[in-house]
Amino acid sequence: MERRVVITGLGVVAPNGVGLENFRSALKDGRSGIQFDQQLADLQFSCQVSGTPPINKENLNEYFTDLELRNFNSTGIMYGVIAGLDAWKDAGLEPSDGENPDWDSGTIFGAGTSGIEKFRESIYKIDAFQTRRLGSTAVSQTMNSGISAYLGGKLGLGNQVTTNSSACTTGTESILMAFDRIQAGKAKRILAGSTSDSGPYIWAGFDAIKVCNYKSNDDPEKASRPMSASAAGFVPGSGAGALVIEDLESALARNAKIYCEILGGNLNSGGQRGGGSMTAPNSTAVQKCVKDAIFEAGIKAKDIDYISGHLTATSKDSTEIQNLSIALNRSGKNFPYINSLKALTGHCLSAAASIECVAAVLQLSENFVAPNINCDNLNKEITAIIDAECIPQNLLEKEINIAAKVSFGFGDVNGCIIFKKYS
Amino acid sequence: MNKEEAIQKLKEIVKPYVKNEDALANINENTDFINDLNINSANLVDVILDVEEVFDIEIDADSMEKMRDVKSALAVIEEKLTTK
Repeated sequence: MERRVVITGLGVVAPNGVGLENFRSALKDGRSGIQFDQQLADLQFSCQVSGTPPINKENLNEYFTDLELRNFNSTGIMYGVIAGLDAWKDAGLEPSDGENPDWDSGTIFGAGTSGIEKFRESIYKIDAFQTRRLGSTAVSQTMNSGISAYLGGKLGLGNQVTTNSSACTTGTESILMAFDRIQAGKAKRILAGSTSDSGPYIWAGFDAIKVCNYKSNDDPEKASRPMSASAAGFVPGSGAGALVIEDLESALARNAKIYCEILGGNLNSGGQRGGGSMTAPNSTAVQKCVKDAIFEAGIKAKDIDYISGHLTATSKDSTEIQNLSIALNRSGKNFPYINSLKALTGHCLSAAASIECVAAVLQLSENFVAPNINCDNLNKEITAIIDAECIPQNLLEKEINIAAKVSFGFGDVNGCIIFKKYS
Repeated sequence: MNKEEAIQKLKEIVKPYVKNEDALANINENTDFINDLNINSANLVDVILDVEEVFDIEIDADSMEKMRDVKSALAVIEEKLTTK
């Protein structure tokens, strides 16, 4: 028989809040984490604002040994380890001690790339004929699976330890991969999540294709404007989100706190056909992904109370709303509540979906919808499809029973997860 | 620099990488980096890079191979210092 799967731990490193408490209060207060970025300005980027998590460097020793911090230059691994270890602790779990790893626990922790600053440092050394001076961690910091390798070692995980990568869908995908493995009985718990490096070398490509907002450098908190008429591109961000995904039986046996149940979900690709491309989603695939997720979760479209949108603040926002409206066959006032975390954090790229899932789970389990900031002038193409009331601009305290999270990524990949309050 | 001074310098260098603190306290010519101090074998390259920095010498790949214990490390350091 298929096992039921629940979420028992959360950890987050977001631009607007590091740690669950800070993040929760930022969500409720509509507090932005987007700031002017001097480094981007010095490098003459068009967009000179970013969502960079405010890490307290003095606390790093809670997560890393002195030895690990020597020559350490991978922000993605730093964020992922903090979020991951926090989630493990939040779930009431301990690192496994003793000679053997915990065969029942694994991690599927995604990343877009790893340690791009470390890579840059290494490349300069190589070109200066100093390859022998790279040190022992140039590989572990820059291999894509660096983050899952660090977490696997720190926690002593003996089940699957891997890194998935599917652009902005990465975090949604990692959770669904964990869900599948646990549902099939191949693991009791998986630390799922995703991370993204910070800095100019990860963000430059987006600046070059002018998809970032370069018109609000003097007003950072107003720069990320999903669903608004004045949306002018996304703000680059970074961080990590982590969730402990667990077999219900195991969670009950150890009397763990249960945030919610994962009913199911779907991952697909538009194949870069039918209007889909490397950078734009195929609408048919998006609609199919959401419909299939609803089917696999065994619910009806009308049961969804809240959607955590992908909604990056580009011209594609209205297309996303239209696709969701078609997939759910719901519009006007009948559409679920929806918000975009990206107004508060920017677009955290490979970390976006996991940070947004942490936010979605918090809102579901604690019955609120976080305010959509920066959309007092809603895009008329959007309000032609759904009622403005579905896009709350102030904190909304509201019973939520079922939440959907959607994510779309470069390469024309889609993901949709259905979360339900545990009962 | 006499042998005892060199061992003390080496002790400071390997300290961050050592997993066996007792063995470090009793470090002597016969101490083996991996077997006695439990230094991770990947970290040996970091130790050697640090040795290069502290003693201001360059250690070639062949000499690196030999630096498995305090005695052989001291020999390599001395050789590099005299040929500098």
